[in-house]
Amino acid sequence: MTQAATLPLPADWRDFYQLTKPRVMTLVIFTGLCALLAAPGSINPVLGFTAVLCIAVGAGGAAALNHWWEADIDAGMRRTQSRPIPSGRMERTAARDFGIGLSVGSVLVMGLAIGWLAAALLAFSIVYYAVIYTIWLKPRTPQNIVIGGGAGAFPPLIGWVAVTGDVTLMPIVLFSIIFMWTPPHFWALALFVQTDYAKVGIPMMPVVAGEASTRRQILVYAALLLPLSLVPCLIPFAQGGAGWIYGLAASVLSGGFLLLSIRVGLRRPTGPDDTLKPEKQLFFWSIIYLFALFAALVADRWILAPGL
Amino acid sequence: MTDLPDPRSPEYLAQRRKVIRQRNVALGLVLGFFALLFFAITIAKMDL
Repeated sequence: MTQAATLPLPADWRDFYQLTKPRVMTLVIFTGLCALLAAPGSINPVLGFTAVLCIAVGAGGAAALNHWWEADIDAGMRRTQSRPIPSGRMERTAARDFGIGLSVGSVLVMGLAIGWLAAALLAFSIVYYAVIYTIWLKPRTPQNIVIGGGAGAFPPLIGWVAVTGDVTLMPIVLFSIIFMWTPPHFWALALFVQTDYAKVGIPMMPVVAGEASTRRQILVYAALLLPLSLVPCLIPFAQGGAGWIYGLAASVLSGGFLLLSIRVGLRRPTGPDDTLKPEKQLFFWSIIYLFALFAALVADRWILAPGL
Repeated sequence: MTDLPDPRSPEYLAQRRKVIRQRNVALGLVLGFFALLFFAITIAKMDL
């Protein structure tokens, strides 16, 4: 077979779309949108839409930069080797330029249309994900997920600031909830895709500290998440705090999260034939958890404190 | 996306043209959307 015979077609629009990690972006958009809707105050719908769009585009830009930087790692993992760069459909520099373009564009539009505090937070979140997490922490420390989880916690903070114009206690609590949620979410995933991470030398917690330690830490974070998720109920409505609807949802969701984490934390896999069902259940519950918690926050605000 | 056997073949060239045309259409739609968005933002800011 000659080199010419294997020449791939140029990347099409779907490849560029895939660079933005659309599935991850769904959660980013949702938490940002919910914070925007739950924040005390009002925002013109066009500006609100623009703010959420900028959060999404900024996250997409950061994801494209992650694809660019991790192309070699992606090529070594079954889960990621069909991505546009490792599969040979796209040049690395195209992903880098696309990522920079989306990132700069989203920050500029956010600044001009919404405000420069929200734009600064968006810029920081992009740098946090693309540089602090992807380039610096991920290949160096098993705590990568803990500190890097901050990147995914920014969207509600940005959405809130887009409405109120300042950083108060409530958006910091929302940031902290996602920050605390991230380690058990990713470590549950890492427990059942462990061999892939080990193969490419990424120091994920199960690879470096062992499964037993990871399971204990999942339990610790889930136990801390339960009281933290109820803090919004202690904040006054006028400052964006939540009421009983959110409190009830947070109790049930965090209680379920803790119970599943206890199952994962206390069990030992039976061997290579173990299907790791509790770990998979925890991972999927963690996704439902965040969607439902933020949906409850919006429902609470709109039902109990309309107009505030 | 599939590799074609010969990059000089008419099938490959046709496929390549199709991909580039789709990319151009997608880029045009995105740019058009942003042009509309900028109009909408301008009007929204005037209302404030």
